[in-house]
Formats: sequence, C-alpha cells, structure tokens
Amino acid sequence: MKRDASASVPESALPMPDRDHIQGPIDAPLVLLEYGDYECPYCGQAYPIVKAIQERLGDRLCFAFRNFPLVNSHPHAQHAAEAAEAAGAQGHFWEMHDLLYENQDALEDEDLAEYASIIGLDAERLIKELQAGTYTARVRQDFRSGARLDVNGTPSFFINGVRYDGGRGIEGLLSALTAEPVK
Amino acid sequence: MNTATKTISSRPQARGNGSTALPAGTPAPDFALKSTPDQTVKLNEFRGRPVVLAFYPADWSPVCGDQMGLYNEMLSEFQEFGAELLGISVDGAWCHAAFCRDRKLHFPLLADFEPKGEVARLYGVYRPSDGTSERALFVINADGIIHWSYVSPVGVNPGAAGILSALEELQGKGEGE
Repeated sequence: MKRDASASVPESALPMPDRDHIQGPIDAPLVLLEYGDYECPYCGQAYPIVKAIQERLGDRLCFAFRNFPLVNSHPHAQHAAEAAEAAGAQGHFWEMHDLLYENQDALEDEDLAEYASIIGLDAERLIKELQAGTYTARVRQDFRSGARLDVNGTPSFFINGVRYDGGRGIEGLLSALTAEPVK
Repeated sequence: MNTATKTISSRPQARGNGSTALPAGTPAPDFALKSTPDQTVKLNEFRGRPVVLAFYPADWSPVCGDQMGLYNEMLSEFQEFGAELLGISVDGAWCHAAFCRDRKLHFPLLADFEPKGEVARLYGVYRPSDGTSERALFVINADGIIHWSYVSPVGVNPGAAGILSALEELQGKGEGE
C-alpha cells in the first residue's frame, strides 16, 4: 500500500516557493509560516495580528500560508480553502485569503463566488473548480504536511522553521520573530 | 529495537523520563470495553492490522477535544495505513456517546469506566492523583505487539506526527517482508 501524492507533501516548516503562497522576499531573514483554517475563529483573530507584524517588519519578513481545514468542526472550511487556491490559480490568492478572513461568517459557495467577482476573477470558473474538486488534493497536501509537523490545532505558526508555542498576541509573535538571530 | 534505526526529527521520542507506559516490543494487553451503552470493542478483534490506541484524560476538557477532533480529521490518513483508531478514557459510555455526537467523531471512544481505569493501569498510564489516564499514545502492530508508545504532558495535545511515523515504519516493514 503506497501513499499517493506523498512526494509532493512538504516535509519542512519552511516555505517552498514553488508551491506555497508567500508574501515578502523568500530570502528574508525572518520567516513566518501559518497553518490556518478560514472558518476558525482563532485564525480570524490572528489575521489582523499577522497583518500588523507584516507591516511592522516589512521586507525583513517572509510570510507563508498553508491550509489546515478542520472540516468536521468547520463545514465551510474546505471549500473556502479551495476557493483561495482557485483564486491563486488566477493569480489572486492573497486577495481571496484576506476576504475570507474578513468575512468568516459568510463562507457559503455563493459568498465565495461573490468574493471572486469582487476581486475581478472569473467566478464561474471558480465555482466549477470547487464543484470539480480541482484543488481538493492540493488542500489535503497542505493538511498532511501539517499533520507531519505536529500541527495540533489552528492557527499553528512556525518561525524560521521552528514551531512557535507562545501566545497568539502580537507581542509574543513579534518578540519571538525578532529574537531570532538575523541571518 | 530496530525501530531506532529510523530517526525523524519532528517525531517525539517514545517514553518520557520516568514514564511507566508499556514500551515498544511489549505485547499489548487485551481488553474488552464498551464503545456505546450496548456495544463492546475487543482489542484482539483488530489483529491483522495496526491499532492506534489514544488514551486521554477526559471527554469535554478543551485540550482533549482538540486532540480527538484533530485525529477525527486525520482518519483518512490513518486508514491509508489500514489502521484502526481507538480513543480511550475513564468516562462512561453515555458520556462518550454525547461527546462523539457533539464533536462529530467518526471513531470509537472506549469507556475504561468499570473497574475505573483498569485498562489504563494495564498499559502503565493511569494517574491515580487525578483519577484519569495520562495523555498516552500506543501504536500496536498487526501481531498485537506495541510498536511505539508516547506519553505527552497531560496539558499538551501531542499531535499526530509520532503516530504517522510509527505507522509508516510498520508499513515499511510489511513491504520488506
């Protein structure tokens, strides 16, 4: 019994530029990776904190996002994750990522289509891709990689490849980031 | 044990200092426990495939919920290894039934309820001070031998990386035979 697609599951908690969604320079001295779920309220709380940290650190920070939808608790999380991937395929991952976190209480498929239209994407294509499960495997790869890295809930953060277990407030994350030796 | 030949950095090491949990290489003690008020699960029913036995202190406490909820999301990963997942705590079968329904859990929770904690004691993971079990993981191979065990600090959700590595090792062995 072989595990399919295991070769494409990232094994590292460092962003992989050929597959991960990244903001900031890939060679930035500080690297923050989040495993998140668009329907998770704690991820929603972390969203503006990450934004503030990005603003504060500017080009010193590379931020990457991987999906970790907890679909039994969050029935809309899988399609939301796939919608972000679908938007990514049209070159607009981060716009969709932001809209999803800013509208966590409206994540039905018709909402996702509306967000696609707002961003200026082909909403029909996005819905078709959701229905066809075009990005199901991709989201599952992210999830599997998280399982391997002992992600035990959302959001889970990794700083320069190392699991961050401190508080989720801005101070904790920021001081953990800036305490890292600058390479 | 030859299991030590493979090291994976993210994997927790089996057995913390001073742990009394049954170690790798030990035959897994058999048991029969209720999974619902009218159903009993026996460990030896699963002979022939791996079993993940996840002891946790209590239904409803936040960390437990997260841990069982996480494993619930990973059932398909475990199933790819042909493995059966069993949760086990000292809560009664009616409590488990309510917890399973509330959290939409799709795997059995076993009631180590009467005599209380007997199975946890057999596996060396009872906490007499709390009257609950440790948060302890056992991966049992197809022949009923413990392949890997791990005791997490009781307040820490241990995640699933150790389980997945252990299942992968078992699969590797099966293929090599």
